Amino acid sequence: MHIKSMAEYMAEGTQPEVLFWVGCAGSFDQRAQKITKAFATILDKVGVSFAILGKEEMCTGDPARRSGNEFLFQMMAYNNIQVLNGYGIKKIVTACPHCFNIFKNEYPALGGTYEVIHHTTFLQSLINDGRLVLKEGGTFKGRKITYHDSCYLGRGNGVYEAPRAVLEALDVELIEMKRCKTNGLCCGAGGAQMFKEDEPGKTRINFERSDEALETGASVIAANCPFCTTMLIDGVKNKEQEDKVQVLDIAEMVVQSLA
Amino acid sequence: MHILQQIFFLLILGAASFLFYKKIRAIRRNIFLGRPKTFEGDPAERWRNVVLLALGQKKMFKRITPAVLHFFVYAGFVIINIEMLEIILDGILGTHRLFAPFLGALYPVLISCFEILAATVLIACAIFLVRRNVLKLKRLVQGELNGWPKTDANLILATEIILMSLLLILNATDLQLQNLGAEHYTQTGSYLVSGLIAPLFKGMSVGSLIAVERVAWWLHIIGVLAFLNYLPYSKHLHIVLAFPNAYYAPLKPQGEMQNMPAVQNEVLYMMQPELAPPPAEGDPTAPQRFGAKDVMDLSWKSLMDAYSCTECGRCTAVCPANITGKKLSPRKIMMDTRDRLEEVGKNIDLNGSFTDDGKSLVHDYITSEELRACTTCNACVEACPVSISPLDIIVEARRYLVMEESNSPQEWNMMFGNIENNMAPWKFSPDERDKWVEELV
Ligand code: SF4
Ligand code: SF4
Repeated sequence: MHIKSMAEYMAEGTQPEVLFWVGCAGSFDQRAQKITKAFATILDKVGVSFAILGKEEMCTGDPARRSGNEFLFQMMAYNNIQVLNGYGIKKIVTACPHCFNIFKNEYPALGGTYEVIHHTTFLQSLINDGRLVLKEGGTFKGRKITYHDSCYLGRGNGVYEAPRAVLEALDVELIEMKRCKTNGLCCGAGGAQMFKEDEPGKTRINFERSDEALETGASVIAANCPFCTTMLIDGVKNKEQEDKVQVLDIAEMVVQSLA
Repeated sequence: MHILQQIFFLLILGAASFLFYKKIRAIRRNIFLGRPKTFEGDPAERWRNVVLLALGQKKMFKRITPAVLHFFVYAGFVIINIEMLEIILDGILGTHRLFAPFLGALYPVLISCFEILAATVLIACAIFLVRRNVLKLKRLVQGELNGWPKTDANLILATEIILMSLLLILNATDLQLQNLGAEHYTQTGSYLVSGLIAPLFKGMSVGSLIAVERVAWWLHIIGVLAFLNYLPYSKHLHIVLAFPNAYYAPLKPQGEMQNMPAVQNEVLYMMQPELAPPPAEGDPTAPQRFGAKDVMDLSWKSLMDAYSCTECGRCTAVCPANITGKKLSPRKIMMDTRDRLEEVGKNIDLNGSFTDDGKSLVHDYITSEELRACTTCNACVEACPVSISPLDIIVEARRYLVMEESNSPQEWNMMFGNIENNMAPWKFSPDERDKWVEELV
């Protein structure tokens, strides 16, 4: 499979349907790379023409902004908007809800206005349009699965149904945690917590959340964010349940179920 | 005799109104110590929020038991105020049950409705007292409530119970006096709830009945006026501020963080110096502080939030940091902001304008440990029934810590360095950003 960069499209004088913004986690983190590969594979199989920025992509500045470093955030935003506007980007899809949120809600004030879609919403529309066809009796059919709402997709932007619709298309038996949707509990990574230790307390936030997910008895914890995925995996390992319970991004579940 | 009572009534009514007005003005002044904040968006949508969130108490209904009880107290409280109109007019004019002759047969029906409401308020407040003091629900007994806040909550409930009881007693004795045909006591017909307790006063002489009725009447009105003046010092102020707060509730997605145009421009002029305006002659405006060190650095909406907070702890009960035992409690953030703002207000009252007292919201009230524990998950914002954002205050304070004090944990400094040098929060070479592509078959 060959994944084209924006520079290549530019050289050919064509435009892709959509830019796949991979994000730092999706680019560098070994676990998150699997999500990136899964999503890229789906796009390729379905025949969506897409590009990545490749080496031209930079951190959106989300962790800088949320920890209080507005200067650094503005620097990153400035540079990214230069690149994106330079290529005339109109539509962005990303598998990271933090990148999604910042593009959708915060870049427009700085001169970067794009149509921004989270990959779960994108997958849902591909399924609805009949472009993405799933196998009958796929890998997850009838399996007990719980779904973790990420804060920036859920409360931050009110996207609760699209990921659930994809899970429904996978024919899973969805078991909700008590704290779900608007009441969902954070995985503990947001607000730049991913990059430091928890402040002193009784337990870690990701342990609290994964314990709740494990209590549902689900064999898969579905997620929509590379940071949540990492956090929940750590929590599952802490309870030594990693042999029985998988933490998977929705794109990873879809790629295993492609017809 | 009557005229003396009328004069006395006018005096306390005037004094109470004046004191209330003065305190409200001080609060208004305090709120506008905050930085300006502009509000975009459709006023129609804002009014919709007032109706849904404030009048309809939409968010309260996430938990049904307290929601129903609270709704009774709230509806009862508001509607009974219609009866206050008659009581105040009676007090001024020296009349007794002024509206009775006009309303005729409708009068006892109306009063009975008020009485039913009074009884529900009474019962609901009693249940609230039990929830706080006997059942000790976690969010109602957490650490930051120790001392004054707990007393405040119990005082409010006790006062409401007493006021409602007085209302029922004065009606019951009134009925008894009507039965005895006492002078001045207009025949109105029986009321529903006080009719049930009227037999308690059977056998009392007209003289003692009048004494009880008058004492209850005066205690009730004095109690109401005292309570009015207590409001602005108490968490109970939310009954007023919940409305403007709902109006100014953000209409945008909660995930959005407020932009800082000053920093945006600074970066822009650094990257494109040709866009920078020529330096102003002897620059008159001192550069604004980045983020919030003290209450004056927050937006006025955040300061109004602080006065609107009812200390219910719904925010803290859902805060992932607090649930896992961190020091952060979004309710405490709001209480600290209000306490500090009141302190600043007193400072201004005393000195004419704010005089440095060597204290600030950040550090003296809210510690960096609390601020650093926040995951910006928005659970507190979502949970708050009166449209408060503790998160706005937290991020502004973090901006101050990082940009003005360079006060951030070592790990964050490393993350900043990585973003600056490697364009990613981790120490990876930017050249490897698309390495995953090669691994794809
Ligand atoms: S946004 Fe911060 S303060 Fe509010 S609930 Fe989440 S972690 Fe707690
Ligand atoms: S901020 Fe809102 S939810 Fe939190 S204690 Fe105050 S009123 Fe309750």
